[in-house]
Amino acid sequence: MLPLEEPLAEIACMVNGRPISGRVVLRQSLVEWLRAELGLTGSHVGCAHGVCGACHLRLDGVVVRGCLVLAVQADGADVETIEAASGPEVTALREAFVEHGALQCGFCTPGMILQAAELLLGGGPLSREAIREQLSGNYCRCTGYQPIIDAVQAAGAALQAQAGGAGGE
Amino acid sequence: MPAIGQSMPRAASRRMVAGGGRYLDDHAARGEWHVAFLRSPFPHARFTLDTAPARALPGVEAVLLAADLAAVCRPWQTTSASFPGLVSPAQTPLADGRATWQGEPVAMILAASRAIAEDAAEAIAADWTELPAITSPEAALAPGAPLVHPGLADNRAWGQEWRRGEPEAAFAEAALVVEERLVFTRHTGVALEPRGAVAEWDGGTLMLRLSHQMPHQMRLHLAEQLDLAVNRVRVICGDVGGGFGLKMHVYQDEMAVAAACRLLSRPLRWVADRMESLMADIHAREHVVQARMAVDAQGMITAMEIDDLQGLGAVSIYPRSSTVEAMSLLRVVGAPYRFAHALGRTTCVLQNKVPTGQYRGVGAPIGCAVTERLVEKAARARGEDSWQFRTRNLLRADEMPRISAFGAALHGLHHHTAMDQAAALIDLPALRAEIAAGRAAGRVLGLGVAVTVEFTASGPAIYGPAGVGVAATDTVVVTLEPTGELSAQASISEIGQGITQGLAQVLADAVGVPASAVQVGAGDTASSPHGGGAWASRGAAIGGEAAWGAGRLLRTQLLEGAAALLQAAPDSLDIRDGAITDAAGVPRMTLAALARTMLFRGHEMPQGVTPGLSATYQYRREADPTLANNGVHAALVEIDPLTGLVRVLRYWMVGDCGRVLNPLLVDGQYRGGVATGIGEALLEACRYDQETGQFMSGTLADYLLPMAPDIPDITLGHVETPYPGSVLGAKGAGESGTCGAPAAVLNAVNDALAAASGGAVTEMPIHPMAVLRALGAMA
Repeated sequence: MLPLEEPLAEIACMVNGRPISGRVVLRQSLVEWLRAELGLTGSHVGCAHGVCGACHLRLDGVVVRGCLVLAVQADGADVETIEAASGPEVTALREAFVEHGALQCGFCTPGMILQAAELLLGGGPLSREAIREQLSGNYCRCTGYQPIIDAVQAAGAALQAQAGGAGGE
Repeated sequence: MPAIGQSMPRAASRRMVAGGGRYLDDHAARGEWHVAFLRSPFPHARFTLDTAPARALPGVEAVLLAADLAAVCRPWQTTSASFPGLVSPAQTPLADGRATWQGEPVAMILAASRAIAEDAAEAIAADWTELPAITSPEAALAPGAPLVHPGLADNRAWGQEWRRGEPEAAFAEAALVVEERLVFTRHTGVALEPRGAVAEWDGGTLMLRLSHQMPHQMRLHLAEQLDLAVNRVRVICGDVGGGFGLKMHVYQDEMAVAAACRLLSRPLRWVADRMESLMADIHAREHVVQARMAVDAQGMITAMEIDDLQGLGAVSIYPRSSTVEAMSLLRVVGAPYRFAHALGRTTCVLQNKVPTGQYRGVGAPIGCAVTERLVEKAARARGEDSWQFRTRNLLRADEMPRISAFGAALHGLHHHTAMDQAAALIDLPALRAEIAAGRAAGRVLGLGVAVTVEFTASGPAIYGPAGVGVAATDTVVVTLEPTGELSAQASISEIGQGITQGLAQVLADAVGVPASAVQVGAGDTASSPHGGGAWASRGAAIGGEAAWGAGRLLRTQLLEGAAALLQAAPDSLDIRDGAITDAAGVPRMTLAALARTMLFRGHEMPQGVTPGLSATYQYRREADPTLANNGVHAALVEIDPLTGLVRVLRYWMVGDCGRVLNPLLVDGQYRGGVATGIGEALLEACRYDQETGQFMSGTLADYLLPMAPDIPDITLGHVETPYPGSVLGAKGAGESGTCGAPAAVLNAVNDALAAASGGAVTEMPIHPMAVLRALGAMA
């Protein structure tokens, strides 16, 4: 139990599609609050100083570093974490990541998938250089990145095939 | 189709892409207190602490010092018969009055939240008296150097000489002698998941969650230090977010959490933040190496000599000893090549720095870099293509088994096959033409090659005779479930390398079920059998044999049960695709039906037939202390002459890890290992201020890691020479990429520099300023 002296604030926000209200510790980061209070442990804390990308989550639809946002800043916002991230891009990425061995320990994976989904959502060309650039703020210590690049390209191709198929009907 | 040899993703990866990974910090204990440490801000200092201001803060439950934990925790000290005379002082969970490295924990705060505990750490009134600090290994040896610990004769921790043949005569008679001094700066592992501990004490048993590579070994050490029976300690390692060697040691902070939990009977949680990790995880590979190579008039290597100075840190890490790195380095010197005369000197010194320890590749990346730098220099001095120089000097397969001049056991290495395959993968003539054209157009391009030999999958002959309590035998327990699926527990640990998937494939083939019907667990000492865990690239070579043995035993049991029920001879039956079949493969009974009969309708089993649904197999390799593997690496780099930055444009690696259980997993290890080695060669450094000894690499903005744009696509090739001494024939694969990449990149940069300016770099990581100096672009 926290002592009375710990400053708290009331916030209300959407988390993974559901309205949430609660009291948050003023100095607590958004990712810590999601993990500790809501049990959403899919976003990871790899550095807590905004470098590694393991804490990526979506705030009002934009991928942010959850360790650099305070929980109080999420008041009134729409928060989405890897647990609830959906849509064809994320689905295709999940499948391709597994298929291509794009994760080993898996600690960076949720952040990688959310970051890569932004690229797929943007609809631009998926050159290996563009993917590397897009993921340059997400560290992976296991794979050497190549299988991740493969997976993002494959997910992009799968989405394009789906879109092409739909368009042809 | 057999499952062994198939590319199959690790089963757990489906859970992980959905955000369902369960790492250390994802577990909470009800009523837990959060831990933060006050760590020494100086590399060497005496201190007194007034904890009253910290204890007075709201939300602070306790502040513990060395004396508090001494009541429940014995000191530990590294000793090993492999390192006679090793000087390494005892360690306690918290430093007592004197800190010997920056980051050493000196006080422990238990509070309602981590933030409050950190406030309290700052509130402790600490009186520090700085003492002279030794950080550079060379300064440690200087006459009259300050001592890292009082009472020592000097800062030497250990040393040895190695001599084979007549090296002095060989150097005197040589047609060519090349030499080099190479400096290797410390780096660290940076597993993305930090270390930590969540501890619970129920009055009789200590339960500790760790992010660690060897739960059973930690159980032993916790029991010994806390004076508990080993079976009163349970260690649980769930999903582990990368290990790379840094999670295989006994750390003061983790032991402090266990001891405090035992002392206060309160659940405790501590997870390192990244600054703590960079400062207090083991560092590795701080060496100053002077080496030379003798070559005769025919271009044959005749002798090598190496003088290695290693910085250990404030102690030699427990329990394996940091000096293992220097031993591992010496053993790989010249290992791919044919020569008879060797001279080696190893000197290991204490420093006021965090201890170093075994890290991916251990000493092999340095031994390889030293060897391959000299090979390049010798070939260049002879005016010869280094590929040709290597081919001539590499040991042929028919020259093995043999013991190398530096004492390494070599067997089954096919260097020339690997070289041929690498040449084809690279398309050497085309690449050389491309480099020549690029250079003509003003680009600073270089190609570097390295040949590796690596000693993997250590057997009982390494740590057993050393008297170090490290298990090198491993066990798998497998059970047939009433669903017809198999559940297994392995003493090998899963740290992301995917070994549980590899073992599932072995069990599938050994019993006769699809791999998708096998689940392998590991990491919880309450359910997994005793064994060594994840180290020395041993999962496939040792764990794989245990899985095969357990699977074959279970198969025999199940055939006995089925034969009794079906009134058939066991050898007339088979198990295929999850069913008991006749010899022609016609299904007679599913394994699910067999299991349910044996489990729930035992009365139907014939008299005297109780074969059991579980089987256990412990694998112990009696021959060959280690399994040597080999590889060829090549890197194409480009230097930006304006900035000195090096970019790896392409990379090739051919590896021979014996039988490949799962190509997807092995390729993942190779590529990941190469990336680790590229980081080591170009980016990663733990730097210390030369005046004050202050650690300068405490954030990920200061400690540079390779990012996606820094690592090129890596083309892989495989030579598969099964180890003949085991059933499956696998050797280690997990560290091979790291063993060769630093050497290949170093050679590539120096190839580019030689063509551009005639300069060279001799320090790793290769700093852009050193490149500019070598280019003559900077004083």
